[in-house]
Amino acid sequence: MKFVDEFRDAELGRVLAGEILAAVDPERHYKLMEVCGGHTHSIYKYGVDDLLPDNVELVHGPGCPVCVIPMGRVDDGIAIARAENVIFTCFGDMMRVPGSEQSLLEAKAEGADVRMVYSPLDALRLAKANPDRDVVFFALGFETTAPSTALTMKRAKAEGVSNFFCMCNHVTIVPPLRALLDSPDLRLDGFIGPGHVSTVVGARPFEFIPADYGKPVVISGFEPLDILQSALMIINQLEGERCEVENQYTRVVPYEGNLRALEVMAEVFELRPHFEWRGLGFISQSALRLSDAYAEFDAERRYETPGVRVADPKACQCGEVLKGVIKPWECKVFGTACTPEHAIGTCMVSPEGACAAYYNYGRFARDREVV
Amino acid sequence: MSEGLVSGREQRILEIIETTRSKRPRFKDSQVTMSHGAGGKATQTLIEGLFAPAFASESLDQMGDAGVVEIEGLRLALTTDSFVVKPIRFPGGSIGDLAVNGTVNDLAVAGARPAALSLSLILEEGLDAEELRAEVRAIAAAAEVAGVEVITGDTKVVERGHADKMYICTTGVGQIDPRARLSTAAIEPGDKIIVSGSIGAHGTAIMLARGEFELDADIESDTCSLWPAADALLEAGGAGLRCMRDATRGGVATVLNELARASQVTMVVREADVPVDAAVMGASELLGIDPMYVANEGKLVAFVAPGQADGALAALRSVPGCEEAAEIGEVKTEPPGMVLVETAFGGRRVMDLLAGDPLPRIC
Ligand code: SF4
Repeated sequence: MKFVDEFRDAELGRVLAGEILAAVDPERHYKLMEVCGGHTHSIYKYGVDDLLPDNVELVHGPGCPVCVIPMGRVDDGIAIARAENVIFTCFGDMMRVPGSEQSLLEAKAEGADVRMVYSPLDALRLAKANPDRDVVFFALGFETTAPSTALTMKRAKAEGVSNFFCMCNHVTIVPPLRALLDSPDLRLDGFIGPGHVSTVVGARPFEFIPADYGKPVVISGFEPLDILQSALMIINQLEGERCEVENQYTRVVPYEGNLRALEVMAEVFELRPHFEWRGLGFISQSALRLSDAYAEFDAERRYETPGVRVADPKACQCGEVLKGVIKPWECKVFGTACTPEHAIGTCMVSPEGACAAYYNYGRFARDREVV
Repeated sequence: MSEGLVSGREQRILEIIETTRSKRPRFKDSQVTMSHGAGGKATQTLIEGLFAPAFASESLDQMGDAGVVEIEGLRLALTTDSFVVKPIRFPGGSIGDLAVNGTVNDLAVAGARPAALSLSLILEEGLDAEELRAEVRAIAAAAEVAGVEVITGDTKVVERGHADKMYICTTGVGQIDPRARLSTAAIEPGDKIIVSGSIGAHGTAIMLARGEFELDADIESDTCSLWPAADALLEAGGAGLRCMRDATRGGVATVLNELARASQVTMVVREADVPVDAAVMGASELLGIDPMYVANEGKLVAFVAPGQADGALAALRSVPGCEEAAEIGEVKTEPPGMVLVETAFGGRRVMDLLAGDPLPRIC
């Protein structure tokens, strides 16, 4: 399109690709994990992997907020959405995530008042516009979106909005990464670190990866050039036998993170003892709930929910995809029983999910000629 | 994955998926959801899996924007469209403009000069008479510009809350132009893909007009009659003009996908050549949507044989409102039924139908 800014310049892309080709050891295979779903999406959307040499492989990681929501939480959300007098709000892609019986979109078609919002503030505005209804916001995301939920809750409290509630599904990025590094079935050479999360938490929380596991991390932006440059920085570390956290995304990420955001989060949220991740099982201290000071806004304390753990469908291999153990197309139901229009797993629903990104953008064997 | 990494196994799985996709979809959902009206895959499933088999019509199976009926040697194009846009007035137009232009454009891209319209109104109890008057004026004005007459109509009123202000349904009829040799199945490898101007304005304008985002941008709907553009293409393209499509709901991406399937060809789009207004591009970046999927109400996509493409493009650009028309890609043979994008960044990817549009009631 005519809007091609400096971070999408094809010419610079080719230059970087050339530098990567010059930096790699042709005898070696490099397996780099992009932690964040936003990276996965960019990689497929811009065809970034087309510019990488054959021996540099990108593996998709667990950082897609919608993908990690387990079925039981969807069921709980639907139970709240069906409660009397409730307007249930969530982000658009969440509406299509399958629960054990149905999705929120299907619950809406059956009469539940489910509405799409673009931010927690939109939901709060809806609550103020409908004082005689209860407005519930289904909050999800990593540390990226948690501060805006926290600020919204603070505002609701300050303004005394008594018909606004939050069903909190916020998760944190470090525990799943640790779980992943502890699992024996994955050999990774380095990490393309999550840029957006790091704007909040900074780069320090990732220092355990080089320190304890001996793998380089480069915090990366989301434009295609950012990703290429980060790949180059990791390869340079590997070839230079260095191993550290580097920050490619300095134009946005301060090494210390955003202290103000962390403060607000600490006030509004507390760590859950454990939380179920889709396909990954229970991970302790990996998610947030509203703190006691915000108990009156907590939808989970206000509404009856089934609160049961629902096993993932047998065919579903989202866990393996989220851990990068298998490629999306290696799942047995990929593209046949599981498609974006009838998803079995979450990774096929969110545009940041590896299965959806591969299906929608990458489903094309590149060695097949276009004639 | 880069070239050498596509293993035989991956290739086989991709082939299985393509076979699955090329089968006629079956409508298996237990209820209608908003996705079925969004113009993406769910809509396609509804049409191809439920409607088309039930009515077994050759003309319907063509899946054109208008159907063709022949009466004693006279070839007529017939089309119908309902309008439920919210809000009913938005920058650049209103539901009345859409109701005329939407139907006129379905005729125009079928190669038919619009002749007459019917007009059905479904009004909500309590609708402000001034709002109704304004829409009637808009309809009359748009019809005059488009050169069609409203010759019959109907009115129903439903209880408050059972409609949202007003819904409009128009049906249009026109005679197929003798110059037209159009068919959805006529597209051939080598043909050039042309759009009649910068894309994505209508859908973006509606989203912003709903006021759900704290985002202000100067974006107006592009609603207008496409007959002048179609007329210019028919004249300049001659028999080389294979097919035209009105890129409404689901945008240019959806049109390309439907036609790639219908003609069993590949469409390759050069992303860098697609005209998008800077304000539209900026807004869609912020909203996380791709302008290729955003609705237009006054843009067509044309497929022209290579020999006539330059002439057709020049003719199109001389039509007022089509100055930004551009050739955005080319038709290829393999892999059939697919749309591929050469990204501005130098990579390549698939551009599929959307599973479900998050933006309902856009027209
Ligand atoms: S194809 Fe579907 S079920 Fe399999 S991993 Fe992907 S999302 Fe999960």
